[in-house]
Order: sequence, then C-alpha cells, then structure tokens
Amino acid sequence: MESQNKTYTAADYKSDQSVRWCPGCGDHAILNTLHKAMATLGVPPHKTAVISGIGCSSRLPYYMNTYGFHTIHGRAAAIATGFKVANPEMTVWQISGDGDGLAIGGNHFIHAIRRNVDINIILFNNKIYGLTKGQYSPTSARGFVSKSSPYGTVEDPFIPAELCFGARGNFFARSIDVELAVSQEVLVAAGRHHGTSVTEILQNCVIFNNGVHNPITDRAVRAEKTIHLVHGEKMLFGANKEKGLVQDGFGLKAVTIGEDGYTIDDVLVHDAHTPSNFLHQQLAMMDGDSLPLAIGVIRDVDAPTYDESVSEQVAAVKAKKGFDNLRSMILAGETWTVE
Amino acid sequence: MESTNVKQLEKVVVRFSGDSGDGMQLAGNIFTNVSAGVGNQVSTFPDYPAEIRAPQGSLSGVSGFQVSVGHGVHTPGDLCDVLIAMNPAALKQNIKFLRPGGVVIVDIDSFKEADLRKALFKTDNPFEELDIKAQVVEVPVTTLTRNALADSGLDPKSVAKCRNILALGLVCWLFDRPLEAARKMLANKFVKKPAVFEANSKVLDAGYNYGHNIHATVSTYRIESDTPVPGVYTDINGNTATAWGLIMASEKAGRPLFLGSYPITPATDILHELAKRKDLGVKAIQMEDEIAGVCSAIGASYAGNLAVTSTSGPGLALKSEGIGLAVMAELPLVVIDVQRGGPSTGLPTKTEQTDLMQALYGRNGESPLAVVAAATPTDCFTMAFEAARIAVEHMTPVILLTDAFIGNGSSAWRIPEASEYPEIRVPYVSEDAINSGWRPYDRDDSTKVRRWAIPGTEGAAHRLGGLEKDFVTGAISTDPVNHEKMVQTRREKIARIADDIPELEVMGDTGADTLLIGWGGTYGHLLTATKELNAEGVPTAFAHFRYINPLPKNALEVIRRYRRVIVAELNTGMFADYLQSKLPGVEIRRINKIQGQPFQVSEVVEKVKTLIAQ
Repeated sequence: MESQNKTYTAADYKSDQSVRWCPGCGDHAILNTLHKAMATLGVPPHKTAVISGIGCSSRLPYYMNTYGFHTIHGRAAAIATGFKVANPEMTVWQISGDGDGLAIGGNHFIHAIRRNVDINIILFNNKIYGLTKGQYSPTSARGFVSKSSPYGTVEDPFIPAELCFGARGNFFARSIDVELAVSQEVLVAAGRHHGTSVTEILQNCVIFNNGVHNPITDRAVRAEKTIHLVHGEKMLFGANKEKGLVQDGFGLKAVTIGEDGYTIDDVLVHDAHTPSNFLHQQLAMMDGDSLPLAIGVIRDVDAPTYDESVSEQVAAVKAKKGFDNLRSMILAGETWTVE
Repeated sequence: MESTNVKQLEKVVVRFSGDSGDGMQLAGNIFTNVSAGVGNQVSTFPDYPAEIRAPQGSLSGVSGFQVSVGHGVHTPGDLCDVLIAMNPAALKQNIKFLRPGGVVIVDIDSFKEADLRKALFKTDNPFEELDIKAQVVEVPVTTLTRNALADSGLDPKSVAKCRNILALGLVCWLFDRPLEAARKMLANKFVKKPAVFEANSKVLDAGYNYGHNIHATVSTYRIESDTPVPGVYTDINGNTATAWGLIMASEKAGRPLFLGSYPITPATDILHELAKRKDLGVKAIQMEDEIAGVCSAIGASYAGNLAVTSTSGPGLALKSEGIGLAVMAELPLVVIDVQRGGPSTGLPTKTEQTDLMQALYGRNGESPLAVVAAATPTDCFTMAFEAARIAVEHMTPVILLTDAFIGNGSSAWRIPEASEYPEIRVPYVSEDAINSGWRPYDRDDSTKVRRWAIPGTEGAAHRLGGLEKDFVTGAISTDPVNHEKMVQTRREKIARIADDIPELEVMGDTGADTLLIGWGGTYGHLLTATKELNAEGVPTAFAHFRYINPLPKNALEVIRRYRRVIVAELNTGMFADYLQSKLPGVEIRRINKIQGQPFQVSEVVEKVKTLIAQ
C-alpha cells in the first residue's frame, strides 16, 4: 500500500467538507496556500497530521484530507507533542489562533518551542477572538476597543516573535494572508525545517476586526511598510527596491540607496541560518512604523529535536540493558524463589 | 536459637520510626524483604512526613515505616508489637501505635536533654511523661554504632548514618531473620560505595550480637511462615506495580507505551518507574503541567500508542477537559489517580478515597467512562493491566483509582509469566473495511466500539474532534436527534463493558444476613475485619468492588440478597451513594473515615457490630 515517489497536487490534501469560514475571511487564503505548500513538500496525506485547538482557524483540520484532530482550547501544542513523540514518522502541523496559542495555550506554546518538538505551528494572528464574537486577544494593541474592552484595553500585547525567541525558538517566519506567494514560500520552509517552526500569518477577520492590518497591508503602502526577507539576499524594500536595512550602532536603520552616502554595499544580507538570534530578533520586532514589518523566513536554524532525542535515548538504553520483556527486567532485580 | 522467652506468633507488626534523615524507610524495607524471603506474607505502610526536611529531632520531621509479617497478612496491622524509636520525637509521635503488651526499643543515646526539648517534652523522663506501660528496651544505638566503626576510618557523619542498620540488626535478632539476606540487600544498595557497605555490614552484626547479650531480658519471636505458590518473588509497592501492569498491557496489545505526566504526590513514583523503563521501550515524558500531561497522552493515543497519564486528585481536576475530549473522540486512554487527602492541596502524603465522584462525574456534559480501582499493592498490577485492556478493547478513557496507602505500601509478589495474562485485542480498522468505505465512527454492533485507525495507514486518514459527530458519517453534526443518539450510544458502549469483566464474588460467611461492602484500597482491612467478625461469631459476608463503572453484572442482584448492607469507605459515603442510586429500596448503612489514614481492622469490627446491633 505504501506509495513511494508519488507526487501530489493541492487537491490531494483537500477534504470533501465544505469550508464554513465567513466569506472574505483570511483563513480561506491560508488554507489554499497550505494545500499547495503540502503538495510542494510531497509528504503523503496519510503521513501528515493536522492538529488544532479551538477558534475559527482551528476548524482547519476538517478541510484537510490528512489525519486531523480538532481538540480543545489552547492544548494543541501539548497534543501535537504527544502525537509526534508517539509516532515520529508522521509530519505534524499545528493550527492555532492568537487566542488559542498565546492566551489559554501560552504555556504549551512556549514549552513546545523550548523542547524543539518537530512540529510546524501556524499561528493565525487576527488580533481578535472571532468565534466568541469579538473580544480583544493577547495580540490586540493597547487601547483596542472591543466588546470586552468597551473603553479600550489597558494592557500591552504579546509580539509572537518575541515570545518565540524568548522560548529559544529556532524557526520563525511571518507572512500576510494576502501575500500568497510569500505564505507558500514560508510554509514550505517551515515544513522542511527540522524542529519546532513558528509561522505567524497576519490574517484579517472580516467581521470583527476588519482591516486591522491595513496600515501595513494596504496595496498602496505595502511595499513601503513591509520587507520580504530571503536568506542570502540583500534586505531591500520599497516599490522599486530602492530602500534597504543597514546596521546602525546596536540597531537597524532604513535608508534609501544613494542618499546620505549609503550604497548597496551598506545594505545587510539576510542570514536566517546563523545560530545567534540577536539580529533575527531585531528584524522580527520591526513593526511597520519606523522600520518595515519583516515577512519571509526570519530565522531557520537546525538543532536537536525533542522527539528524535526521546527515540534515540529509548533505543540506546534498550540496547544497553538488553531486556527482552517485562519479566526479564524484573528478574534482573532483587528476587527470591519459592520452590 | 533456643530461649525460654520465645513467643510463637501467627503474625507480627513492627514499626520503625525516627527522624526523616534516619533511614527508617531503608531499614523497614530490608526487614520486609528479608521476611518475605523466608516465606512470610508481608504488608507495609510507609508514613512519611509532609515536610521534605523538617528540623532534625522535631515532631514534624518524624518518619515511620510499619510492616506486618507472618501468615494471613492482608494489612500492615492496626497496632505494632514492636516499636523502634530512634529519638524522643519518634517515640512521642508513634507510641499511640503500640499494642498493649508490646515492646519499645529506643536509642537511649538520643534521649539527651536537648533531644527531649526538640520533641517538646516538659520533663526529663519521657517514658513517664507519655505514661508508657510497655516494656522499654534502652539500647545505646549511637554508641554501639560508633564503637563498631571505631577503626573504619569513616567520618562521624557517615558513622551516624549507620544507626538505622544497627537497629535493623537488633530487630533481625529479635525475629530470627537471616542476616545474610539483609547483607545481600545492603550490598545491592551500596554497590557503588564499598566502604559504606562494609560499615553497614559491620553494624548489622553489631546490632544482632547486642541482641544476644540482652536476650535474657527480651522475648524473641517465632513467626509462622506461609506456604506460598511456587515461583520467583519480588517485593513490590503499588505504584511500581501500576507501572509494570501497564508495561504488561503494552506487550499484550502490541502497542508502544506512552506516559505523559507531571510530578504530584503520591503518584510521582509511577512517572519515575516508567521513565526508567526506557529500557523496555517506554516513552515517558514529563510535561509542563497536568493538562499537558493528559493532552500529550491523548495525542499519543490518536497517534496509535497505548497512552497513559498519571496523577493525584488535584491533577485529575486539571485533566477533566482533556478526558472529556478522549470520551468524545473515543480514544483509548488510561488515567491513573493515586488518591490522597483533599480537598484542594489537602493532605498530600496521606490516603483517602475521596476522588470517586470526581472520577465518575467530574467532566462537563454527558461523558461516561470506565472506572476501576485496585485493592492491594500487588493488585495495582492487575488493575493497571485491566484499565489498559478495557481502554483499548473498548476505545474509551478508563480511570484507575489507587491511593497513597496501596501506592506506597508493598507486598511480596510472585512475578507472573506473560502467559498468565490475556492477549489484548486491538480493534484495528481492517484493510477490507478501508477498501469498502470505512468511516471513523462505524461501530461494532454488540459492543458499540468504533475502530482504531493508526495514523500512517494509507486510506484511513480521518478527522476527530471535540465537536459532536454524525452517527453515520462521523462528520460534525449539530442535529438535535443525532446528539441524543450519540449520547446514548457512548453511554451504552460503557455499560456493555459489563459483559467483559468478572462477576462480583462474595467472601466470608456468604450465607450471613450482613454484607460488608468495600472498594479499592481498603480490601486488606475489610477482609481481615470480616475474618475476625466471623471468628467472633458475628456472621458476615464481604464483597469488594474493583470494577466501579460499569459495576459487575451480578452486583445489584448479589447485594439484594442481604438483609443488612454496610458500605465501608475512606470518605463521607461516595460509593454508598453511588450504589444507593442504583438500589432504590435497599437501606445502605455506612462506615466512614476521613482522617487521611487507612482503616484499622478493630474499628471496622466494632462499627459493624454496632450497626448489626441497631
């Protein structure tokens, strides 16, 4: 039954269930991109598991023709961890929203990253609770007015990348629901990364937070407000790639090439694979205000994975002790015989 | 060894007590193993302080280890025949456990004025102050240890650490235990520290020889041995037995064993043991919290492992939502609750049976699952196996209730052959089913069990989740009638497990008017109480429950046969209430104790008599 070297199309990853998200929701685009990314990666559908928590985005597993588990609020990372450790042959994707992943599931999120379990976390960030009809989330900006914050929030948001790096993450990428090509590129890179990958996708909730990302994602400003980072390439942005990022003391600065004495040689080349996360953090923290918001793969560093380490330790200890079964293990301990 | 002062006893109870750093658990364990090795039945009760290291010599730092050895031993005994007290605090805390006519052995070197003050004695005569009528044997344990090790070259601190083994040597003399067996265990214990072993070996002899010298003044005991089933034996506590039962189930099911857990007293030893058992291929992982423990196990179950999470009461509360998901997804999952004193943090190191209602009903919605309970330390093996068997064969979460008493207590255990346990029939999806349009919630007509498709299987990719499913297709459904049908189906699936478990047996005088009922870890005490009642001419039948939900098929009919029904349990009457809900018209009388301590046989006997007299 095993299908070797078979190639897959996006349709092979699509289930027969009709998609129930609101018309215009950013989730549709992410789902389609994920189907395509999986076809590019070529892992068979039956070797793929998609595990989600609760929230609008967490409905996604039902729309996949893979193994899938729509679980409980916040716990997807813990369930995905157990799944991957138990069955390391499977490729595991985790779907969480900003509420599911960073509020109720914050603990599991940071510990999955810290352990470096080989799972791919896609974080749908719409800065709102959609399924419960419009409350602020842990990524909502300070002062954000919602049904549960009628006078504006009085708390600062998480920046998912900062949390990921704080938990010693080795892969962080970002995209925007409308940036289909970038989304596909980062999801393929996430799938190929060995260890926990966190891919944040800025996603528009058309009903409860419509346009929250517009200051950055509007067609008119997107080229100026975002920068697409690619490993090994110059950090350039702007409508005609006329701007670049340069080192400025301990920080970064956006410059126009040819102005103020800056040449193309001053512009930094992106290195996603360098073990130090110092510059990765600075790049990931850019917010589209004074510096453009970074999309693309920001950090992609190889490190030992938890699931492999567990399997290797089990194999090593098993080989060393050489017990055949439970009884032989017990008999090797303290016993006495009654005739 | 001939002596005029030899007491012949069916069984004897010894209680070792001292500071938590005095090594009382080790001395007690060796004495237990040596006794089991000469053919005695054994039952132990380690009584730890809640504090990790309370101030030395203080009342809160006293650690105890009680063991009963002999013939017909089912409990560690209510009261002890011999109490060893290594300091005044231990004497003060433990004298209440001494049987009238018993013997106290104290390390008199540790009864200096400062020691007495630490134990809050007001006078300089602790024996008078405590009004001790029993024989007190004052042994200079510290001096004897120091003398024995004068030439050992060990520092004073290491020398002092051998005091427990001197006491052990003396107790071995008292009960005619073979020293060589004790020495072998010390050699194993200190295999990496030969100098420490040598020292302990020496003081073991010194303690034994000291006994010879005082033998005119102290009685020795000859304990009846049993004629156990031939085989290879080991000493096992309930938590280790639980871990091993799961491993046996994994071998019998052919599915890898996964444990997702988080440390919690008194269940942590299960995590410790399974973490060691990487040598048998077990994947035991310590997660970030209790919720992650159960959730990782649910993920592992969906992935095709025999998945387990272990905890105690507060942890079970945290796991409730996850267990509900396993109910809905109809995945096999074993949840072990080593019950302790509650509510909230309660009495973490003490025993209770107060999680029964939580196990049965502690989830949102209609979420029935199977509940089983282990009766003794060694029965933890069997019931862990049974929990796993039921979980896998019936595709359901199963909660196994043990408790601090049987989890920490130990007994001699005949190591079973694998052939003594049945194969576990895993309800895999067949290839035929896959090829003819299998759907994830297709069920077996007679058991209502759905099939298990292991991820990685081609053609069987399917989606599960916590949302209600359509009875036929397994897709999400909000249809009202379908929901009721699914609720009834999940309930029926659990009810039909009754066809797959042993019937309830009645012990004692089965023809009596009175039926004493227990469940879980109180078995030893209630069985012994039943025997004593019948021996005293109070006819009593006894039924003990290990399968709680569903109940054995004949249970209600058996109970209805008796005119007087008494349920004894370590809570305010949870099992009695549960039975009462199924037995309208039957008057259920109750014996309850909620003190963090096991029953005493004597109190059960008295209460049964009182209830009969009413």
